Amino acid sequence: MRNITLTAAAALVLPGFAMAQDAVQIDGSSTVYPVSEAFAEEFQIATGNRVVVGVSGTGGGFKKFCRGETSFSGASRPIKTSEAELCAENGIEFIEMPLAMDALAVIANPENTWATCMTVEELKKAYEPEAQGKINNWSQLNPEFPDHGLTLFGAGTDSGTYDYFTFAIVGEEGASRGDFTATEDDNITIQGVSTDVDAIGFLGLAYLEENRSRVKAVEISYQGGDCVAPTVEAAGDGSYQPLTRPLFIYANKAHLDEKPEVLAYAKFMFDPEHAQELVSETGYLALPKEAFVLAEEKIDARKTGSFFDGGSKIGVSVADLLAAN
Amino acid sequence: MSVTTQGSLGNAAVKTDQAAYAAIARAKRRDIIFSVGGLVVMAIAMTLLLTLIGDLVVRGLGRIDYDFLTNFPSRKAERAGILSAWVGSLLVMLVTALLAIPIGVAAGLYLEEYARKGWLANLIEINVANLAGVPSIIYGLLAVGMFVYGMNLGKTVLVAGMTLALLILPIVIVSTREAVRAIPKIIKEGAYGLGADQWQVMWNYILPAARPGILTGAIVGLSRAIGETAPIITIGALTFIAFLPPAPITGEFPFINFDWLNAPFTVLPIQMFNWVSRPQADFHTNAAATGVVLMALTLSLNGVAIWIRYRLRKGSRN
Repeated sequence: MRNITLTAAAALVLPGFAMAQDAVQIDGSSTVYPVSEAFAEEFQIATGNRVVVGVSGTGGGFKKFCRGETSFSGASRPIKTSEAELCAENGIEFIEMPLAMDALAVIANPENTWATCMTVEELKKAYEPEAQGKINNWSQLNPEFPDHGLTLFGAGTDSGTYDYFTFAIVGEEGASRGDFTATEDDNITIQGVSTDVDAIGFLGLAYLEENRSRVKAVEISYQGGDCVAPTVEAAGDGSYQPLTRPLFIYANKAHLDEKPEVLAYAKFMFDPEHAQELVSETGYLALPKEAFVLAEEKIDARKTGSFFDGGSKIGVSVADLLAAN
Repeated sequence: MSVTTQGSLGNAAVKTDQAAYAAIARAKRRDIIFSVGGLVVMAIAMTLLLTLIGDLVVRGLGRIDYDFLTNFPSRKAERAGILSAWVGSLLVMLVTALLAIPIGVAAGLYLEEYARKGWLANLIEINVANLAGVPSIIYGLLAVGMFVYGMNLGKTVLVAGMTLALLILPIVIVSTREAVRAIPKIIKEGAYGLGADQWQVMWNYILPAARPGILTGAIVGLSRAIGETAPIITIGALTFIAFLPPAPITGEFPFINFDWLNAPFTVLPIQMFNWVSRPQADFHTNAAATGVVLMALTLSLNGVAIWIRYRLRKGSRN
């Protein structure tokens, strides 16, 4: 046994070990993770302060955040009333800061000739709870669609993507049929749709952008409006509805006051000089410079609470988010 | 043995020589059919395994270089590395091995040699066997409730090691018992006959004779533990961590430092899982490369154990 210990221990004496020290703790949504990763990496290079990022999902992240374990929590939807109450119970005050816009895309097989544009009603018919076991043919969604079997893919029920999609399309968060292929890994959705002519699925825009050659985007018509394709631009100008959503960072107010490194990280994250560039690099639409200036002021003023009254809103534009700051 | 064989052949020869030859031919044919069948099954299993490994290696091997092993994670796939992940995996495995092997072996020996056989022993035996089949996430949930919040140990290397030790404990216990049971009774009885007490028998005869079996069980257990993701994620392992735990060996007295036990960490399977679920294909290549490293690490851990087993076996014969 001693042999094993010594061999393993000897192998571990490498340059790069440093003394233990408090690190800035971040957790939350897997959608926001790439952004947090980018900021954490650059912050550590710039200041030498340590940052660690976990991925527990939006809900799991808020649980830790409201216990006071983390200083920041990434979220792909606004904080829910129940979560805000949990925070209040534990005496945690938070500052809500929108960081970027993301879009959900509905995708189809490139050889699918009929589903170039779908209305929100058609999508609702396909995914709502009542569809379970009944809606299994394209012609049931729209008589003009061919008599083809319908295969559905989508994000898993633990993801913020699923929460927002059901909220925006079905009308109630978390309400959907249970018999579609739900996966926590959006690459599975890409794979499924790219090999089945009759399949559609929904996922984050970044996954569509990386796989344009394997799947095509379905345009969305909302409330009788024009068909709009999911693009970063359409998400930015608010024309791609209702599947555009803001991404947030929530900060623990007490930690900002007590821990200088937490405050430094918050300032770094919303520094208008480089924040936009870092967010854009990760494939999301960064809010305009103005938003970061306002967020900085919000941090300085320690303005707490949520603008969203405990739920997602459809059609939140960049201007609304500026107002929120 | 030879006497009976000759006898039965002799009986057959009394009837007719032909019948005897036919019986032998039938038996040989059955042998051939069985060995061909076995070969086919093995070929299928190996082809599947090698295809999977080959696919991983083809995708990932080109990505592995010195930088990949010594860089921290990054948002840029080509700059990202797995230093914090493989160091984390090694440290967690160290804790797991140091906890699970002594406790598991002691428990196995106790159950097999000391415990009185009765309904209680049976109950424990059934429970241990059942524990080996419990999904790993359950151990994660137990650990998050008991170690992380109950005992307030935090999300550290120590807690991860303890969780995985719980997970593989049944495997170590069961294999220890199997190994002890396989030792011929003559050895034990001979030792007792020469006047050894129970501890002497245990320490000088049972344990050395059971060591190959015990080590095999430990290897199987550790190989399972190193690939586990679910319980480690449950207890709150990180995904992005760009620094290493403090070194276990320091330049100053007392040279050994236990701060690393309380350090935050990540492990290889988590890093791999994160990269697989990213949209960019470059990250998928990184994930495959991480898989190759994980496999190499598992193989080398096994290699170390086999080498120790070999050394011990030589030692016990002298």
